[in-house]
Amino acid sequence: MINVDVVLKNESGLHARPASQFVQEASKYKSDITIVKDQNRYNAKSIITILSMGAGKGDRLMIEASGEDEKKAVEALQALVDNCFDEGVAL
Amino acid sequence: MIGIGASPGIAIGTTFVKRNPDIEIKKKKIIHADEEIIRLKDALLKSKEEIRLILKKAADEIGNEEAKVFEAHLMILDDPEMYGQIENKIRGAKVSTEEALEEVSKTYIGLFENMDNLYMRERAADIKDVTKRVLRNLTGADTVSLADIKGQVIIVADELTPSDTAQMDKTRVIGIITELGGKTSHSSIMARTLEIPAVVGAGKEIEHIKSGDTVIIDGDKGTVILNPEEALIKKYTAKKEACQQLKKKLKSFIGKDTITKDGIKVELAANIGTPEDVDGVLKNDGEGIGLYRTEFLYMDRDTFPTEEEQFIAYKSVLERMGGKPVVVRTLDIGGDKILPYLALPEEMNPFLGLRAIRLCLNNKEIFKTQLRALLRASIYGNLKIMFPMISSVEELREAKKILEKVRQELKNEGIRYSFKIEIGMMIEVPAAAILSEIFAKEVDFFSIGTNDLLQYTVAVDRGNKEIANLYNPFHPALLRLIKNVIENGHKEGIWVGMCGEIAGDPRLIPVLVGMGLDEFSMSPISILNTRFIISNLIKKELEKKSQEIINCSTAEEVCEVLDSICVK
Repeated sequence: MINVDVVLKNESGLHARPASQFVQEASKYKSDITIVKDQNRYNAKSIITILSMGAGKGDRLMIEASGEDEKKAVEALQALVDNCFDEGVAL
Repeated sequence: MIGIGASPGIAIGTTFVKRNPDIEIKKKKIIHADEEIIRLKDALLKSKEEIRLILKKAADEIGNEEAKVFEAHLMILDDPEMYGQIENKIRGAKVSTEEALEEVSKTYIGLFENMDNLYMRERAADIKDVTKRVLRNLTGADTVSLADIKGQVIIVADELTPSDTAQMDKTRVIGIITELGGKTSHSSIMARTLEIPAVVGAGKEIEHIKSGDTVIIDGDKGTVILNPEEALIKKYTAKKEACQQLKKKLKSFIGKDTITKDGIKVELAANIGTPEDVDGVLKNDGEGIGLYRTEFLYMDRDTFPTEEEQFIAYKSVLERMGGKPVVVRTLDIGGDKILPYLALPEEMNPFLGLRAIRLCLNNKEIFKTQLRALLRASIYGNLKIMFPMISSVEELREAKKILEKVRQELKNEGIRYSFKIEIGMMIEVPAAAILSEIFAKEVDFFSIGTNDLLQYTVAVDRGNKEIANLYNPFHPALLRLIKNVIENGHKEGIWVGMCGEIAGDPRLIPVLVGMGLDEFSMSPISILNTRFIISNLIKKELEKKSQEIINCSTAEEVCEVLDSICVK
């Protein structure tokens, strides 16, 4: 099992389009993927869970994966968050 | 029967009634949980196949925005949490798949419906729609499918969901009547997009309509006539044909420039209130958006829209207009438009009170949130920002200063925005019109708001019936002001548009062309007719006429000059 801490920097956080993107990306991997926020655990492959989690800009999350492709999964999801879901933030 | 006219036009024809059967779920203990799980998996699979087909059809026929709804549906069907909970219920509580599915989805629907975010509430509707579909596949309930209608029909339904409308063969639907819904419900929007006459919210009475009945619907007035007499059919047939003739003629102007006989081009733009209105703009070949009234984003809700909600709305309009100009008017609230969540002092003269830019300058946080959302959206198209109700140069400068501050903030945060945003102002207060020579040096464009400009110029409350005759758009004072504003704008090399009612008034269009107005913004349905009118004008001649009009003493004299133009 590996995990990584990320901070949501994009405007809408894990809502709307970014939430779908995140879940779609997570669903590509075989590993179990969990988001930990304020010590609560959320299934990263469930759009309903991710939306109801209500993570906004500035929130700190931990992405945790365990399974055969855990490293790849964590890296891809971290990149998605760091690149602000292509919302066009950086100059 | 009377409902709400949701999409204009007349349809006469045979009905096709679609009523959703109420699927009754019998509560019973089950013995073989594994069998129930297999049923669940089958129903989910079947539902997914159906949605994939609908998705494809929707993307082809209506567009990607519509198709996104179904992508969300697919994700819900694939949701492992929801699936897990249903499975647990079946195994743990030994209930049937139907019962488990309904209970789990109810929890989620409740959760999402109670969120204060519009986007989330819409997701509740998605879960409902998906659950219905899976239940239908589970029970094998026989529903009337809109996929297999024959002939040309008028659809009668309690309400139409996105899945319903995506399935139906739109070439066979000539009209829509629904029991529920309003002007902005899904069926109404779809009907307008496809230009099918529709009456919605017609109420329980439509239960009397059976498949195969003859009905007339008038989508302008919202009337439905069941089994009409021969004479009525004749009358409405004539009306319908006249409409179609005109429509056909106007359609031939789609894709053409708006250009006078002597080769002067003007821009024909549209007034919109919501991102959905862009459909009508594109359909009617609007060359841009001359007035996006952002106050609708703030109305009919309990809290201010967040920056994100605004950003999404502005971005969607800009993207869909694909580089064509989009003039966004900053919040114009106050006067007759109030927000339930913003306490404003009661005023003796609300139209002379704290409204529009005055309110924004007094509540800078509200203003800044909107400007941030606009700047962030600016990279997705050709945005122009316009300030309403400016009455002094000081106000304009202050508004621009705040905009500059917001720009600086975004820059510091590393957020991108366009550097080419034109900044303009409404000319709707006589003081602004009189000082237009000076204002023109400080903005990139003017847009004349004639409704307020007239009301303030002649000092007539446009809502007061006793003095309605004094509210006259042919008043020479108004026309003089307009001419002045256009000339002063042109002297400084900026463009001048108009977004009030009279920009689309066939009688006044010629003289506005003569005065040199650069942009006309109106409701989308007036665009093609205006293009047709302008294509028959000769600007050179009208320049003289507009001079004549300025010299008129009375509105009556103005009308005489206008009539001498329109005779042709």
